[in-house]
Amino acid sequence: MELSYYPGCTLKTKARNFEDSAIAFMTALGINLKEITRWNCCGAVYSLADDDLIHQLAPVRDLIRVKEQGQDKVVALCSLCFNTLKRANLLMRNDAEKRKTLNSFMDDEIDYNGEVEVVHLLEVLRDDIGWKTISDRLKVPLKHLKLAPYYGCTLLRPQEVAIDQVERPTILHQLLQALGAELIDFPFATKCCSSFQAVGNREVALESAWNILSSAVSWQAEALVVSCPLCDFNLAGKQEEIKQKYREFKGIPTLYFTQLLALALGLDRKVCHFELNYQDPQPLLESKGLL
Amino acid sequence: MKTEILSQGRCGDFAKKVKEISREDILLCYQCGMCSAGCPIAFAMDILPNQIIQLVRLGLEEDIAKSRTIWLCASCLTCSVRCPRGLDLAKVMEALRLISLRKNIDYIRLAEISHDALAELPQIVLVSSFRKHTA
Amino acid sequence: MERRIGVYICHCGLNIAGTVNVAEVARYAGTLDSVVISRDYGYLCSDIGQGLIKKDIKELGLNRVVVAACSPRMHELTFRNACQDAGLNPYLYEHANIREQCSWPHTDRELATNKAKALTHAAVRRVYYHEPLEVKEAPVNPNVLVVGGGIAGIQAALDIANGEHKVYLVEREPSIGGHMIQLDRTFPTLDCSECILTPKMTEVRQHPFINLLAYSEVEAVSGFVGDFKVKVRKKARFVDENKCTGCGVCEQKCPWKTDSEFEAGLAKRKAIYIPFPQAVPNVATIDKKLCVYFKTGKCRACEKFCDAGAVDFSQVDQIIEVEVGSIIIATGYDIFDPRLMPQYGYGRYDNILTGLEFERMTSAGGPTGGRVLLKSGKEPESVAIVHCVGSRDKNYHEYCSRVCCMYGLKYAHLLRELTKAEVYEMYIDMRSFGEGYEEFYERISKEGVNFIRGKVAEIAADPVDGKLIVSCADTVIGKALRVSVDMVILCPALKARSDTEQVAKTFTINRRADGFFLERHVKLDPVATPTDGIFIAGCCEGPKDIPDTVAQASAAAAKVLSLISKGRITLESAIATVDETRCLGCGRCEETCNFHAPKVVAKNGVMVSEINETLCKGCGACAVVCPSGAMSIRHFTRQQVTSMVEALTEA
Repeated sequence: MELSYYPGCTLKTKARNFEDSAIAFMTALGINLKEITRWNCCGAVYSLADDDLIHQLAPVRDLIRVKEQGQDKVVALCSLCFNTLKRANLLMRNDAEKRKTLNSFMDDEIDYNGEVEVVHLLEVLRDDIGWKTISDRLKVPLKHLKLAPYYGCTLLRPQEVAIDQVERPTILHQLLQALGAELIDFPFATKCCSSFQAVGNREVALESAWNILSSAVSWQAEALVVSCPLCDFNLAGKQEEIKQKYREFKGIPTLYFTQLLALALGLDRKVCHFELNYQDPQPLLESKGLL
Repeated sequence: MKTEILSQGRCGDFAKKVKEISREDILLCYQCGMCSAGCPIAFAMDILPNQIIQLVRLGLEEDIAKSRTIWLCASCLTCSVRCPRGLDLAKVMEALRLISLRKNIDYIRLAEISHDALAELPQIVLVSSFRKHTA
Repeated sequence: MERRIGVYICHCGLNIAGTVNVAEVARYAGTLDSVVISRDYGYLCSDIGQGLIKKDIKELGLNRVVVAACSPRMHELTFRNACQDAGLNPYLYEHANIREQCSWPHTDRELATNKAKALTHAAVRRVYYHEPLEVKEAPVNPNVLVVGGGIAGIQAALDIANGEHKVYLVEREPSIGGHMIQLDRTFPTLDCSECILTPKMTEVRQHPFINLLAYSEVEAVSGFVGDFKVKVRKKARFVDENKCTGCGVCEQKCPWKTDSEFEAGLAKRKAIYIPFPQAVPNVATIDKKLCVYFKTGKCRACEKFCDAGAVDFSQVDQIIEVEVGSIIIATGYDIFDPRLMPQYGYGRYDNILTGLEFERMTSAGGPTGGRVLLKSGKEPESVAIVHCVGSRDKNYHEYCSRVCCMYGLKYAHLLRELTKAEVYEMYIDMRSFGEGYEEFYERISKEGVNFIRGKVAEIAADPVDGKLIVSCADTVIGKALRVSVDMVILCPALKARSDTEQVAKTFTINRRADGFFLERHVKLDPVATPTDGIFIAGCCEGPKDIPDTVAQASAAAAKVLSLISKGRITLESAIATVDETRCLGCGRCEETCNFHAPKVVAKNGVMVSEINETLCKGCGACAVVCPSGAMSIRHFTRQQVTSMVEALTEA
């Protein structure tokens, strides 16, 4: 089985651990993630202005690529890309006037009317593959590993793109349960990591990260599970600075859910590229006998 | 603290401008404060999101311009999904940022970011922050 | 016979005249066929206005009248009566709506005037074909059905029964009392709810004119005002009401438990139970779903220990048919389930309660003996009271639930009285509109409550000390706050009962968009429904406090007593009529009619449809399905309707 796949910029560089582990475990499950060709950066964030169409061009072009390549569905891994692509897609489907304007502006492209479906890999896991299939294929159950699922914003907000219930999502919880891990249900699972503030308002980004991390730690989490390279950077990338400010913080690793899947399905740790994780999770995983 | 003299403007003039960009009618806000209560960045804001709305209503643009609030907003949409009057506050914040950005007044400047920082930051962070904080 | 039509165009002040050129419409109407006189006037519904019409009828020999004014729902009856006063059959009158359907929705003067002219023209063409109709009356059965045994139903039943008319009071639960019997102290007087309600409950039990059907539900209703036939299912208690003494031994001996509805889930009850000590009727009931005997045939402990021999497993549901002339629906409310707002942590973390649960907690006879306790058994040192949970919120219920601000204040007071807890009250607006309410607010303010003006966004638990962290913003001082408390009380919205749709269908009444039953007019007729003879009272009509509930209950009772006092109702005259020469006797009318009015019978050896004129509502469904055109509706004949269409489609 083949699924059309949109990687986005960061997965090709700093988040190769995310991409490689995903492609690896999907292959192990018999699904080929086929990257669409000639894709461009989706713009990372969806433009919230009603009178601004220029910023819709980037994500819409990506959707046109998918359509051109004869696919009716595209899977995104990065949650932020997923959010942007899906919102742009809904715009093209629901707003006739804007659709017309964008299509006629991009006169060198085929017309696009929202024919493609945008899904996140987690949805594919839940709806197409199913948790049972995954737990049946477990080679290394993540026993005694206390994992805190962290959803962030972009999988759940706004309502029209949400892949799960907005206030009390369970999709990552269910995945981790299927992998045999110990769930840490902490209250900051859907609280924003502060997104792009890491550039313009660094101290705020640091503080936001600390709020989330300290909550997870106080609930006995041993690692956080993320689905977005931006969340990962905010939560894991600044931990040394956080330790400077908050002496009691000992640090906590983050893992992409795809790395956990690759691990649990018994794949070679090389596909996980743990060396790219900002906080090395290997000592923790080794201590649980999972590596 | 000085007493503000409200100049004669019709109620909602500035709100109309914000509506043109965002399509959201801030006149709906009944100041419940739920947006501010759930905002993950409120702890760092000098003026709370609900207060920004009141400033928009009264047309006090200068106060908004002097505050950091709209630049601290992370567009996380927590306020938008909870607002009991159905206002998409994230769109309002974006409109307020754009009013400044479209005058070519950027919040961050590429030149001020160090080489080390640029090397360290993943593209997703750079692209999204330039999109939100620069014209 | 020569038609002499009088046309009257109302200004309705500026309501119509502000948009429509009424003088021009009157002038135009005067040019139409058979129109003898055409006038415009300021307020036709006034005495003088009506006087004008009556004078013209007498002096100009008018035999048809058209008034173009507001909606017929407002004044069709007024003008029909005026005609009747002047000696003209009221059905020779036609009403054109040039307000709600013309001047109010349109702003362009020329277009609105043209439309008003067209509507008036149509009315003039139609009235030409009006025939005088007989006004018939039918008697009103003085018996009354009250559905729901909460305070609204109890009050209404007592008011009517005290007028010495028979009332059937049907209550779904094993005992009457509704939600009010669950409450502890009631604002603003803080008198004990049970103490003020139980005397009324006893009065109901003892009243010679009240037939109490508890543990019963209405299954079907047929008929119409003055003559309803109602099927009531009296559910089997498996306990003989006449033998049971309410001693409670069966309850003690029963080994099977479930959450008590009366205690809002804070305590358990048995499979055989009396919901609370002051239950009326004070007899036990067996919960068939829980009782093990019904599953396995074993146990029967209650039966063994009952001295009165009242347990009877052979009981079956009974269907009781009652005939009444009017019905009052007082079915009350449900509360919003805070689990629909997962960010508040209800059901996820301990020590988060709904208002109803807190009422049981502070009640002296409740599961904690009136003490405010955390799950750990200790008293809380700090409590947050959260307003507007599910109310005033487009995502859940857009309306305000009206009582929560007041009971929120009440809880602050009780907490300061019963514990040493620090109290935080998170509110958006303080609604203290009733008698003594603002004074109550002032009283509570002085008691040292931390009022924080801001709607709570989320509640989480601290993993170390188990305290609840309430995230709110104080919009007055402009600070986002995280308040750490031991206990949270949520004020959930009052919402329509979950089976409101079903009940509405059974009684043929409507619901509003917010789910509660629809009143006939929200300001001027709040206890009547568009269905004659069926009234609503209390929270089933919308959230309200006890004083307003009681007022509505008595209002509904008054309406019913008025109906009974007159003793007769006027039947609809514009009803179906059969042209027997064309009727095929096919029976499609009988199949279609919801009111069972047409019946195919043998007449002179031929099968034809016959209309029961007391049942027919003139809805017209039968005329639509009639294949031969034999069925028509008086006052809405084909000729009348097509003449209107012709007038409207003329250029």
